[in-house]
Amino acid sequence: MSLLEVRNLKIYYKTPAGYVRAVDDVTFHVSKGEVFGIAGESGCGKSTLVHSLILRKPPMEHAGGEAVFKGRDLMKLSEEEARKIRYTELSIIPQYAMNALNPTKKIKDIVWDLAREHGHTNRSEVEKLLRERLAMVKLTPKVADMYPVELSGGMKQRATMVVSTLLNPDLLIADEITSALDVTTQRVVLELLHHFMEEGIVKSIIFVTHDLALLDKIADRIMILYAGKMAELGPTEEVINEPAHPYTQLLLNSLPRMGVQYKKQKLKGIPGYPISLLNPPKGCRFYTRCPYAMQQCKNEEPPLVKVGENHYAACHLLGGENQ
Amino acid sequence: MNELLKVEHLTKTFTSGLIGGFEIRAVDDVSFEIKPGEIVSLVGESGSGKTTVGKLILRLLTPTSGRILFEGKDIMKLSKKEVKKNYYRKVQAVFQDPFASFNPLHKVDRAFDLVFDSFFPETSREERDEMIDQALVQVGLNPSEVRGKYPHQLSGGQLQRVLIARSLLLKPKLLVADEAVSMLDASTRIDILNLLGDFRDKYGTSVLFVTHDLALGYYISDYTIIMYRGTIVEMGDTEKVFHNPLHPYTQMLLESVPDLNVRWEFKGIEPEKEESTIYRISGCRYAPRCPRAKDVCFKVRPELKELEENHWVACHLYGGE
Repeated sequence: MSLLEVRNLKIYYKTPAGYVRAVDDVTFHVSKGEVFGIAGESGCGKSTLVHSLILRKPPMEHAGGEAVFKGRDLMKLSEEEARKIRYTELSIIPQYAMNALNPTKKIKDIVWDLAREHGHTNRSEVEKLLRERLAMVKLTPKVADMYPVELSGGMKQRATMVVSTLLNPDLLIADEITSALDVTTQRVVLELLHHFMEEGIVKSIIFVTHDLALLDKIADRIMILYAGKMAELGPTEEVINEPAHPYTQLLLNSLPRMGVQYKKQKLKGIPGYPISLLNPPKGCRFYTRCPYAMQQCKNEEPPLVKVGENHYAACHLLGGENQ
Repeated sequence: MNELLKVEHLTKTFTSGLIGGFEIRAVDDVSFEIKPGEIVSLVGESGSGKTTVGKLILRLLTPTSGRILFEGKDIMKLSKKEVKKNYYRKVQAVFQDPFASFNPLHKVDRAFDLVFDSFFPETSREERDEMIDQALVQVGLNPSEVRGKYPHQLSGGQLQRVLIARSLLLKPKLLVADEAVSMLDASTRIDILNLLGDFRDKYGTSVLFVTHDLALGYYISDYTIIMYRGTIVEMGDTEKVFHNPLHPYTQMLLESVPDLNVRWEFKGIEPEKEESTIYRISGCRYAPRCPRAKDVCFKVRPELKELEENHWVACHLYGGE
């Protein structure tokens, strides 16, 4: 059963020069109990996409499509309704989450403010829950009485994750939460997310990252975005082992892995740079960098083609029948 | 003497707090060498002191004790003028944030002119233009796309290439690349890395590649140094360090790298260990986090020992009583 259904979603930024089409006609769903990975390079629209689900502020504009979450279209919620479901049903851990906690408040006060907003009245119960959760992530319950500055980086990261999941959101969005972390801390964060899923604290996770190798470890399905469009979507193993879109193939080939050394085997990056999303061309957006580009690619937008069980890619090389 | 750069017992302490604050040994008794034409990666997590080592080598910081010998000469004994005229001609750097490396008010061409003005002021405008264009072509840029542009008009990858092209003009003996590719996207990152390798292959330039990313270090370097909290825990030929990691810290680091070839087991959450006292520990700095720590680890600092040819480790598990 799907928890979130995104259909033909368009999120643009309004600028004096025109609209920047950061997310342009993207469709996917997130099922209950799955970790859905979104990968792409800087400027591909991955952050815009998930942030638009939570809060849209100018210059960000909803330009079409819908995002149905538990029967309600997130794009149509009033501010009041959106505020209500935040943290309780839909929660986000932003990038630089380590600095997201208010430094002038104790952890327990931060949590109480949040719980009170959402109708909780029994403070001692909320604090009891907080202490339980802190223990669950192997932090001492004393952390509840501390200020964020008293915590080390790793402890802060754990505390932030406890705070954002305290009210058991159905869907947790993690936006590049590991990109500023050391590999060892990154590993801990993934263990925590895994644990939250197992314990049923969160039902599903959208994990956004630029690191495909990391998604390989945690995601059930992966969506690859390129310049605001979906390039490929499928089960993690298939996307990693049998990538269908040239972009996914080249991206995977550019990743260093253990056993590959410059001296013996040179890896290759993708030449060129992504196109501007201000007035993008009408054909395939990867056209300018694609080694297999044909005349057709320049003029016609590639349709989404089914290449395997639940595995889709948008490329003219894969045949043209629409479905 | 066959080494280009020799670092001997290098130590740098920072004092924290205004009065009577405590001392942080960011770099603690570090010794290593870089041979001509060798790519050495200096790997460590945040707080390991890897960047401080780079800055000391670039003479941006003054060591508390220890020496840095470049071509046999102590770089701290060079006069300011010698540093500017000679040392920086032979030792160049590329830093993490390409946008911070350029003055946003000036066109990128100025980066090249500064090099000419400092080192070859007599070069004519035409010669300069030709040399700049050549250098840009060598790093895979189209001169017409880059010249006359302001930094904000170019991407991070392009700017990083411009900086490498600039170093190329000087053909330095040593290039210090401090997290030079960590801000770039995966698809452009590897090309910049190849460029460093290519640079070495062509001109015999040594590279000190400072990084937190083990996979990148493995890909590009001949020799690897692993640092933890200011000390070297393991170093040696890259193949040996990665395929036969000896130090428990190196082993743990390698296990944490998400690699496409390796499946992960979720092992459960381990408690966050107290780390604030580490700077005062007289023994091994890793001891409080080490699953195999013994009493001796907290008391005696392990010394680097050569366990096999060109593979050194500082750990009480190996050798000793």
